[in-house]
Amino acid sequence: MRTFLTSIRMLLCFTLVCGVAYPLLITGISQVVFPTQANGSMIMENGKVVGSSLIGQAFSDPKHFWGRPSATSPAYNSAASSGSNLGPTNPALIEAIRERVKMLRAVDPTNTKPVPTELVTASGSGLDPHISPSAAEYQIPRVARARGISEVKVRDLVKQFTRGPQLGILGEPVVNVLELNLALDREPSP
Amino acid sequence: MATRDWIQIGLYVLVLLLAAKPLGVYMARVLDGERTIMARVLGWLERLIFKAGGVDPNESMGWKRYGANVLGFSVASTLLVFGLQRLQGVLPLNPSGLVAVSADSSLNTASSFVTNTNWQGYAGESTMSYLTQMLGLTVQNFASAAVGIGVLAALIRGLRSNGASGIGNFWADITRSTLYILLPLSIVFSLFFVSQGVVQTFDSSEKVQLTHSMTGADGEIVNEQIIARGPAASQVAIKQLGTNGGGFFNVNSAHPLESPTPASNFLQCLGILLIPAALCTTFGVMVGQRKQGWALLAAMLVLFLTFLIPTVIQEQQGNPTFASLSLTGSANWEGKEARFGIGNSALWATATTAASNGSVNSMHDSFTPLGGLFPMALMQLGEVVFGGVGSGLYGMLVFAIITVFIAGLMVGRTPEYLGKKIDVFEMKMASLVILIPCVVTLLCTAIALVWPSADAGVSQGAKGMANAGAHGFSELLYNYSSMANNNGSAFAGFSANVLFHNILGAVAMWLSRFWIIIPVLAIAGSLARKKVIPSGQGTLPTHTPLFVILLCSVVLIVGALTFIPALGLGPIVEHLQISR
Repeated sequence: MRTFLTSIRMLLCFTLVCGVAYPLLITGISQVVFPTQANGSMIMENGKVVGSSLIGQAFSDPKHFWGRPSATSPAYNSAASSGSNLGPTNPALIEAIRERVKMLRAVDPTNTKPVPTELVTASGSGLDPHISPSAAEYQIPRVARARGISEVKVRDLVKQFTRGPQLGILGEPVVNVLELNLALDREPSP
Repeated sequence: MATRDWIQIGLYVLVLLLAAKPLGVYMARVLDGERTIMARVLGWLERLIFKAGGVDPNESMGWKRYGANVLGFSVASTLLVFGLQRLQGVLPLNPSGLVAVSADSSLNTASSFVTNTNWQGYAGESTMSYLTQMLGLTVQNFASAAVGIGVLAALIRGLRSNGASGIGNFWADITRSTLYILLPLSIVFSLFFVSQGVVQTFDSSEKVQLTHSMTGADGEIVNEQIIARGPAASQVAIKQLGTNGGGFFNVNSAHPLESPTPASNFLQCLGILLIPAALCTTFGVMVGQRKQGWALLAAMLVLFLTFLIPTVIQEQQGNPTFASLSLTGSANWEGKEARFGIGNSALWATATTAASNGSVNSMHDSFTPLGGLFPMALMQLGEVVFGGVGSGLYGMLVFAIITVFIAGLMVGRTPEYLGKKIDVFEMKMASLVILIPCVVTLLCTAIALVWPSADAGVSQGAKGMANAGAHGFSELLYNYSSMANNNGSAFAGFSANVLFHNILGAVAMWLSRFWIIIPVLAIAGSLARKKVIPSGQGTLPTHTPLFVILLCSVVLIVGALTFIPALGLGPIVEHLQISR
């Protein structure tokens, strides 16, 4: 019994230090030093929050670059992140990929290049804000055609939103889909 | 792409090994109660806690007292975490208005966080209030890790003392490990994570008006996105460092607000193995023979690389059925994030299962059959390849005791480790430590497969499976391997948040945490009382490459004998199906 009482007293001390003081300290410092990041890296346009640069959004118009398939419901539901959890031998996985290839081909019938694998497989979070540069390259002709602007112009924009491996070595080069599409929408139409 | 994967993995191992020495030496000083830099800064807080808790840090406890305090503290913790979840609906710091968690899920989660498993049957962002995450889960991330370090320190003291009855003070051990090791590292880590974009706020979710409305699954028009946030960074740092693994969000570190960049990924992945690796150095320093620590670290590294390399290759080669779909390649991108890539995902999967961390940055359920087998097997080895903070090394030390015993049998000498004779009592306790997780894993899997569910003819185990066939069995086996070895990662398609699995899982987690801790403390107490005998001609040196090989073999053989039949039914069958 004495052991248990001591346990409760010690647990309260731990709770105050690790559960109250520590998160408050980190929140306090973060809100002062890194206010943008600490609140979700939101993107503002005309005084309104239009998204987070770290959270993808669903795009299905040929005029936009499409992000990675999302397994959340609805797609890119940032209140309930989830992967597909389909196993490698699950027929539903192969069927879903085949369907996505078909949709990409349907809006871009002249494009016969192989489809980048990462563009038709669901991300782990369902919120992946990025695609690979090759997945962007695959979509450039379609987007340019749908907007009636030159591929060179689109490719320039893609390059602008492409980030190489961090510190030159960490991770993969990626293109931020939401930022790229917002920039495309800001372009004057021809 | 593949080359960059290997360069990053090389860099990871290099940084890990470079950090292991200084951190390990520092931790030895903390556990021996020396005045470190951090003790100068936070010594007042340590003394305040001892005073408030009413404990005398200088009293050395016998193993039974030490164990009773471990249990008392853990029971109190379970009650607190359980109560917080049940009452969160009426408690403050709940801006999204989340309701009380169900009783069985609360019990499972409380057991999970107290046992350092951090299995998560629930989805963080839609289940737990900020208050529960902070006072319940974050606190246990520290406390359960500190308990692991404490038990390890007790075992080391047992090995090095020369006829003593005490093995140290539990309260001093967990308080010092928390204040001087876990807390400072967590502060540095979490601030770096925020700089990369991990959220740390008490504001509620952000409601975003989409510039382009989209069509939902049922044809409805969706024109807003709700972005869940919260005080995540502070919890993410300690969940990585304390080999806890319980994510703030449902998909853990695959979530872009939990790990936004490759740099945050690298540091989080490093956090998984950092303290377990460094504790090997701590062990060497504390017993006064650093080579003994290096030998254990070498054994862990050999085993780790043995499982890491094929996992990476499997995921790079990917899914052969993709070949018919006119894609650019068959690399297994399903369930992986674009910013991390294949190599970092496979590296994390191996590290998180080698250590009993259980956080994920990709969905293990969607790994290739063999890419999923290796992480599963790493858990089944008993979480001794780095393993949990403290718990990995005390598990490995028990394997070392088994190894000197087997070697002793081979040459007909009395086995001894670090000058302590290994007798019948130690061997009995060591056998318990090795066998209990194996038995619990297999028994729970078997029970789940025969226990009837509400659906006629469908077992509880089969009902939860998200995928059919061999992969469904892999899901079940993986999940009980995870809970019964205090890992916490999942083949997440499996629906585990039901009454049956919540209860069975809670029992599994308790058994394999405390039925290991108690025998380990018993060994510590028994060894502490023994006199050190000088090593003679018949002594097997335990710091040589020969011993490292022997130790690795024992770990692998015990694991293989126990689990190959079960693995045969799951991932191995699936591999044969897919590569047909």
